[in-house]
Amino acid sequence: MTLSRLPLAATALLAGSLTLAGCELAPKVSQQNGYRGTGMDQIRIAESEIRDDVPPPPYELPPPGGQTAGEFYENVQVLGNVSVDEFNYLMAALTEWVAPEEGCNYCHNPANMASDEVYTKTVARSMIQMTQAANANWTDHVGNTGVTCWTCHRGNNIPEAHWSLPADVASRSIIGNRSGQNEPTSNTAWSSLPQGAVARYLLGEVEPEDIRVASRTMHPTPANTRTTMGTEPTYALMMHMSDSLGVNCTYCHNSQSFSDWNISTPPRQTAWHGIRMVRNLNGGYITPLQPIFPENRLGPAGDPFKVNCTTCHQGQNLPLGGVPMVQDYPSLQMAPLAWDPAAAVQGDTGMAADDEDGLVESTQ
Amino acid sequence: MPRYQNIFTQVQLVAPDEGGIALPHGDEPRIPLFSRSNVMGRLGQGQLGPIYLGWSGIASLILGFLAFEIIGLNMLASVNWDPIQFVRQLPWLALEPPGPEYGFSPFVPLAEGGWWILAGFCLTASILLWWVRTWRRAKALGMGTHVAWAFACAIWLYLVLGFIRPLFMGSWAEAVPFGIFPHLDWTAAFSIRYGNLFYNPFHCLSIVFLYGSTLLFAMHGATILAVGRYGGEREIEQITDRGTAAERAGLFWRWTMGFNATMESVHRWAWWFAVLTTLTGGIGILLTGTVVDNWYLWAQEHGYAPSYPASGIADPAGLGSIVE
Repeated sequence: MTLSRLPLAATALLAGSLTLAGCELAPKVSQQNGYRGTGMDQIRIAESEIRDDVPPPPYELPPPGGQTAGEFYENVQVLGNVSVDEFNYLMAALTEWVAPEEGCNYCHNPANMASDEVYTKTVARSMIQMTQAANANWTDHVGNTGVTCWTCHRGNNIPEAHWSLPADVASRSIIGNRSGQNEPTSNTAWSSLPQGAVARYLLGEVEPEDIRVASRTMHPTPANTRTTMGTEPTYALMMHMSDSLGVNCTYCHNSQSFSDWNISTPPRQTAWHGIRMVRNLNGGYITPLQPIFPENRLGPAGDPFKVNCTTCHQGQNLPLGGVPMVQDYPSLQMAPLAWDPAAAVQGDTGMAADDEDGLVESTQ
Repeated sequence: MPRYQNIFTQVQLVAPDEGGIALPHGDEPRIPLFSRSNVMGRLGQGQLGPIYLGWSGIASLILGFLAFEIIGLNMLASVNWDPIQFVRQLPWLALEPPGPEYGFSPFVPLAEGGWWILAGFCLTASILLWWVRTWRRAKALGMGTHVAWAFACAIWLYLVLGFIRPLFMGSWAEAVPFGIFPHLDWTAAFSIRYGNLFYNPFHCLSIVFLYGSTLLFAMHGATILAVGRYGGEREIEQITDRGTAAERAGLFWRWTMGFNATMESVHRWAWWFAVLTTLTGGIGILLTGTVVDNWYLWAQEHGYAPSYPASGIADPAGLGSIVE
């Protein structure tokens, strides 16, 4: 090569490097999860398979039995059936998970631990119930791995991945009006797909069957009048799930026909229950708390920060890499006691919950 | 030392400005705006102008500008007139068509899709007027109207997507939004709604002609450049007076694939491939939702989609076992 051709070679080298700059060099693992030739193959970065280091239990789990927390302490409403020792063990762990810096005082008045004057204590009650409900009622989604407060909180007061409704705009104006879409948010995997509609799926304002858009018949019938525009919310929800779990469409679907269950994979069933679980957790345990949250804990539309798939999954198809953390905390696996967050909120503030309509679903 | 000759035009013709032949009676005059650009001459021909606008060109530019402004100002308004956010989020922004609640009504509040209808009207009128130009200017030069027909095929697909199919479906909500990511999302949503567009045979044909067009373009461009050293770029003359460039180019393809186009026929092939891309594409789109609602089921019925072994996964909605 003569010197005169060096700039050309340098340009080619630079162009080549730029082309490859978007490539992920980390070692991958791949796994076939469907019939050959259908592109049903999951490729993951090998390190993402590793189980997370989760905080160890505060001390050895106390043996069961003895007096219950409800008998020993005053004003124990949702963990009254747990032994005193295990109650204290859980409180110690919970503090590390949710408020490691603030400590007990994040929820309690140190002068009177039984007092409900700090609003976060009522929130924590609902969150404990929510965790119990997820573990006890939604095994179709969480399996035996289960969830703890750590699964979402990871040492933060508020889980990093949360969502709230976009601010209401006057629909008759174009100013600031994104038509509920065209804005990169986590709920739509940062796409321009409609996030308001995804919010409705995760809030329980529409029937989950509305997620289904493809016709069951070859030719048009009045049974399916869904428009292309009306399909985008489903697409948005699916992109959110794909992004949250770090998987592509073929983790659950054979892309030949997204709607056909008989060529789908088992994770699609798990995800089906997951959508309903998120609707239940948001509608039953978070939305009712709206009146007690201070303004900085509410979104632009005045609704509390809610759960989506990312809140737990955070890019892994098994949250925390599949660590069955809840096994060290049997009290979080018990069926939730009868306790109504909406009523509790009313008692606390003396004001009526003003969003009864938003609370479409509650737990059984 | 080997050299690559054909990146830029190496020899530029410098001659008095070429004004063109006399115009037919009743035409507006050409705008005598002549200039010469060495840079443009390296890419194409160095002479710029004269331009012929006429009434259709002027009206087309005005309507096109109106459409551009309506779309752009709607996007700017959607970010509260913030120019920084406009630039940052431009790929996400859109002007959306009216929702399903308005059906195919032309009377829709501006903020709820009325602006989309107006922008679509202006853009369509602008494109059709530009088509008139391609037809009338070809006639004025005594040319065939091949460009106008090819352009008409592209307009056919555009009209099917934004007007004819929404008309048949009775809903503006079937139409494509104006926007960079949003129009791509529409494309995917369209396929999801109608059961996988890859099983639409007209979509298949359209892809064949699209990819075929690029292949033909590459083969033809490469062949002519490769015989450029023998005057191969004088294609039209070589149709009737085959020189060594045409002989060598033809022999090359007979050697490599046993058959070759002629200097004339290769352009016919390319024209038809390009024209059929949008012609078949438009038919495929028009049949979707009007005649066929699920292309996967259609393809199963016609033995056209492969069947894979059942995975044994049942629809949980039919099991009714959930806690809710």
